[in-house]
Amino acid sequence: MIYRPSDVQLERATFRRRRAVRSVLLAAVSTAVVGVLLIVAVTGAPGWNRVQDSFLNLDVARKSFQPIVEGLWLNIRMLVVCALLALALGLLIAVLRTLRGPVFFPVRALATLYTYTFRGVPLIIVIYVFAFGVPGLRLQGTPNVYVLGGGALVITYGAYLAEVFRAGIESVHPSQLAAARSLGLTYRQTMRHVVLPQAVRRVAPPLLNDTVALQKDVGLISLAGPIDAVRAAQIATAQYFNYTPYIVAAVLFVLLALPLIAVTDWVTLRAARRQNAGS
Amino acid sequence: MVSRHTFAALGCAAALLALTACAPAGRGTPDASGSPSASGNVCPLGGLSTRTAGKLTVGTDNPAYEPWFSDNKPANGKGFESAVAYQVAKRLGYEGENVVWTSVPFNNAIAPGPKAYDIDLNQFSITPERKQAVDFSSPYYLVRQTVITIKGSKIAGATTIAALQGAKLGAQVGTTSYQAITDVIKPTGKPSVFNNNDDAKKALQNRTIDGLVVDLPTAFYMTGAELTGGVIVGQLPQVGVPEQFGIVLDKDSPLTGCVSKAVDQLRQDGTLAVLEKTWLAGTGGAPELQ
Repeated sequence: MIYRPSDVQLERATFRRRRAVRSVLLAAVSTAVVGVLLIVAVTGAPGWNRVQDSFLNLDVARKSFQPIVEGLWLNIRMLVVCALLALALGLLIAVLRTLRGPVFFPVRALATLYTYTFRGVPLIIVIYVFAFGVPGLRLQGTPNVYVLGGGALVITYGAYLAEVFRAGIESVHPSQLAAARSLGLTYRQTMRHVVLPQAVRRVAPPLLNDTVALQKDVGLISLAGPIDAVRAAQIATAQYFNYTPYIVAAVLFVLLALPLIAVTDWVTLRAARRQNAGS
Repeated sequence: MVSRHTFAALGCAAALLALTACAPAGRGTPDASGSPSASGNVCPLGGLSTRTAGKLTVGTDNPAYEPWFSDNKPANGKGFESAVAYQVAKRLGYEGENVVWTSVPFNNAIAPGPKAYDIDLNQFSITPERKQAVDFSSPYYLVRQTVITIKGSKIAGATTIAALQGAKLGAQVGTTSYQAITDVIKPTGKPSVFNNNDDAKKALQNRTIDGLVVDLPTAFYMTGAELTGGVIVGQLPQVGVPEQFGIVLDKDSPLTGCVSKAVDQLRQDGTLAVLEKTWLAGTGGAPELQ
């Protein structure tokens, strides 16, 4: 027997289709109205021509593009190295902070002091101390400013990431620990096979979020002399008396952040789907 | 909207009225006093309308710093600005005894109001803001970019630009100094760029950079007063739009034209170049890098 929808069912389907078309049309109209209003408000402003010339000058953009990209390459290399090191440091500190037993009190205290201090001190000051203070000691084999500036970034971000990791570790229910120990796993095995896998998965979105933030902060090593993308833009701005290079740098930074942001969203979504799979 | 525009227009009109109302009162007198001398020789030798007839009063700050002056005695004719002052005075017809020096603090020299000098030389760069308060002669010095370093650095003995190319050089962001590195020295590595000269100085002391590029007056000040063991490597050829030093005169002074003419003559006949070589590159210790 062939399925023949009832009249009522057909009516329902038509109604739904009509509603769908209607909401698409409404969304399109409302977007168009908002868009037109925005364009009119911006381009119709009395200073628009001046702003367009000093912030969106194609000629200056073309001339400043290459040095800015060269600067961005420094940002990218710094980001990769610093992000990996900061993640490792953060994980280590988080594990140290969550050690149990009175013997480990000094370790816990030091780890706590570290996270308190370096989350409080502004990054710029840490970079100044590392890049200008440390070489002043005139020690043999003082590393160059890239390493020193990178060290400042790793230490500051390590403190933030340590707290994120700790939140993850503490979010694992104590019953899991008890179950693991009752199976005969040592503390180390429990951490390695039961706690950390769950903890890291849970805090993956905030970890990636901090990495996106780090991407913008690595440029601060330009304080110590190296030319990063923003510094290159600043130099070009002074050279051409035009702010377009800053916009060029901003666009490049957004393009650089897009993949990371997309990965963050995807990981968050996947984690949510998995965690709610049973319910 | 309409009312706001109307207010703005009214405001503009009021400001214009105020300006036009004030302007003649401020400008009328000097023109009138300037005209008698204009009838005959515009700049009679030794007969300009100076503060004391027959004498030219020259101002500068006390202490007067090397290498612009020497031993804090402007009247000894030594040092770049002292030498320039005497040359200008000579062109105006005032020689030896007829040049009188007076001590004028830097900030007072460019403050509006009555002046204690006829002309003042104190490393004043010519700026539009200062021009509102005082007159400037034609520039007698175009500021050069200079490389400085610390004793014992690998470029401390460099005499050529080529010898600087392998060095790690720094400068303040957005300055002619940075332009001098990229356009004149063209080093093999990337230059270091700093937010300000204080950071750059620290980096030089820490030896994270080998040399620092600043303008010549700053170079003298840094190596003389701020950096222990600081030395000037040398001056670079002119680059970009240089800062200009001008002789300061009272606003609308009848002497401005004559002093400018004298400075222009000194520039054209090469006297200024010779004085620069003698007192800045020679005695001052800032040799020229080739």
